[in-house]
Amino acid sequence: MRARRFLPGGWLSAYAFLYIVFLYLPVIFLPIFSINTAATPKFPLTGFTLQWYEDLPRTPALLDAAWNSLIVGVSAAILSTVLGILAARSITRYRYPGRRAINGLIMAPLVLPEVIVAISMLLVMLQLGLSLSLFTVVLGHVLVCIPYSMTVLTSGFEGFDRSLEEASADLGESAFGTFRRVTLPMVAPAIISSLLVCFTISLDEFIIAFFLTGTEATLPIYIWGQLRFASKLPGVLALGTLLLVASFLLMTIAEILRRRAARRTQNEGGLYA
Amino acid sequence: MTVAAEGSPPLRMTRARRNALLRSEPVQGFALISPTFLYALILLVLPIMVVIAHSFWTQHYLTIDRTFTLENYRVALTEPIYRDLLWRSLYISLTVSLFTVVLAYPIAYFISFHGGRHKSLWLFLITIPFWTSYLLRVMSWKVILGYNGVLNSGLMGLGIIDEPSTALLYNSSAVIITLTHAWAAFAILPIFVSLEKVDRTLVEAATDLGDGPLRSFLRVTLPLSAPGIISAALIVMIPTVGDYVTPKLVGGKDGVMIANAIQAQFGKAANWPLGAALSVTTMLIVSLMAGATVLIIRTLQRMAR
Repeated sequence: MRARRFLPGGWLSAYAFLYIVFLYLPVIFLPIFSINTAATPKFPLTGFTLQWYEDLPRTPALLDAAWNSLIVGVSAAILSTVLGILAARSITRYRYPGRRAINGLIMAPLVLPEVIVAISMLLVMLQLGLSLSLFTVVLGHVLVCIPYSMTVLTSGFEGFDRSLEEASADLGESAFGTFRRVTLPMVAPAIISSLLVCFTISLDEFIIAFFLTGTEATLPIYIWGQLRFASKLPGVLALGTLLLVASFLLMTIAEILRRRAARRTQNEGGLYA
Repeated sequence: MTVAAEGSPPLRMTRARRNALLRSEPVQGFALISPTFLYALILLVLPIMVVIAHSFWTQHYLTIDRTFTLENYRVALTEPIYRDLLWRSLYISLTVSLFTVVLAYPIAYFISFHGGRHKSLWLFLITIPFWTSYLLRVMSWKVILGYNGVLNSGLMGLGIIDEPSTALLYNSSAVIITLTHAWAAFAILPIFVSLEKVDRTLVEAATDLGDGPLRSFLRVTLPLSAPGIISAALIVMIPTVGDYVTPKLVGGKDGVMIANAIQAQFGKAANWPLGAALSVTTMLIVSLMAGATVLIIRTLQRMAR
C-alpha cells in the first residue's frame, strides 16, 4: 500500500471535497433563489416563498413546452434505445470487419461540436423539403442519444452468457420464447436504464432543438426565450429547479438499473468504463 | 468449444453447427447493426457532406449558385472578425481543456487509488451534476457572476468590495470558467478508466527499486495514464470549440465565439455557404490542434520513461 501513494490521501481527500463543492455549488443556487421572494438572485436572501412555483401551471406557453418536451423525449428515448439495442447486441456478440469503424461513427456525435451537428442536419432537412417540427427535433435527438444508449447497453450486454440462450434453445424453447424468457429478463434493466438516460438527455437538450424546431418550443427553448426578460428570472429558476430534480431522479434510477444489469451479466464498470 | 470436448461425437456435431454459424457471423452482425449504421450515415455523414459541398457554393438571396468557389474560405480565413473569432474559440477551447484535465487528474487519481469500495459511488457523485441541463448550468453561472450576482453581493456583504465588479461577467474568462465547470466530468472519466488499467505491481516495483513516491508517479503512473489524458483533452477540446450557449449567455461582446457567427449565417445573415465554410474551417483547425495535442502528450510520455 505504501508504495502506491505519491500524495498523502489526506490532501487528495481535501481536494476531492473542494472539487465536489465546485461541481455542485453553481447548481445549488438555482433551487435556493427559486424559493426567494426577491426578483433578482442576490444575497442576502429576502424571504421564503413558493409563489414562483405556483405561477408555473398558470402559464399556457410553459405547459405547451412541457407537453412538447414529453412527446419528443419519449419518442427519442424509444427510437434511440431500439437502434441502440441492435447496435450494442451486434457489437458485443459478433466479430466482423469494420466493426470498430462503424462503432466509431455511431459514437461520433458524442465528440463533435453540437452546433455543427445541428446546422448540418438543418441544411439537409431544408434541402429535402422537410418542414421543421417536433419530428425533426426527434430525429436530431435520436442521433445524439444513440451513443449514450450504446454505452449503457454495451455495459449490460457485455459478458452476457450465450450458453444460457443456447441451453434454452436446446431444451426446446422457440427463438421468440428464448428471447422473452431468457434474454429479455437479463437485459431488461439495461434497456430501461437506456430509455431513462435518453429521455433525460432529450429533456435537457437545447442546441439541436433550437436549430431543428419550427414554431413549437421544448422546455429548454422556452427557458431560453424567457432569459431575455429579467423579470421572468424567478419563474425560470423555479422551472429549472423542477427540471434539475427530474433529471437527477431519472439518472439515479437509470444508474441503479444499469448496475443491476451489469451485475446480472457479471460485468463491472461505470457508465463510461 | 473446449479442447477436451473434441472426442465425443454429439459434441462434434454441435461444433460443426457452430462453425456454420461462425461463417455467417459477419453477415449476422452487420445485418444487426445496419439500421443504426444507416441512421448515422443519413443523419450525420450525409449532412456533413452537404455542409462541405455548400462551403464551395455561393448564395444569391434565396438561390444557391453551385459553381465551385473558394471565396467563402477566403472570407473565413482573412476577414478580421472571423479570424479573431476562430483564434478566440481555439484559445478558449485549449485553455478549457488544459484546466479541466489538470483539475480532473487528481480526482481521477484519488478515486482510482484511494476510492476503495466506493469507486462507483464517487463516479456517480461526480457525473450527477452533468446530467442536468447544460443550459441551466450556464444560467447558474450567470446568476453567480452577474452584476447583481451571488459573488458580487456576497463579496459586498463581507465588506471585501464596495461596489459590484463588472469584471466578472461578459468576457472570455467567464466563458472559460463556465466551460471548465461544464466539462469537468467528461475529463475525469477517461482519466479514471486509464488509471484503473495501470498495473499496480509496476508502481510497487518502481518503489522497491528505490524510486520515491513522486518519481514513481512521474515515471510510471503518469506516463501509463497518458491515453486517458489524451482522450480527456480531446473530448473537451473538440466540442467546446463550437460552443454556442456559454458565449451567448456569459460571454458578452468580448466572449463571442465562432459558433455564434456560424449560427448568425444560418439565421439573420442568411449566408449558408459562408456558415458552412466557417464550420468546415473550425473542424479542420480543431482537428489539427487535437492532432498536435496527441503528438505533444505522446512525446512527453516517451520522455518521462
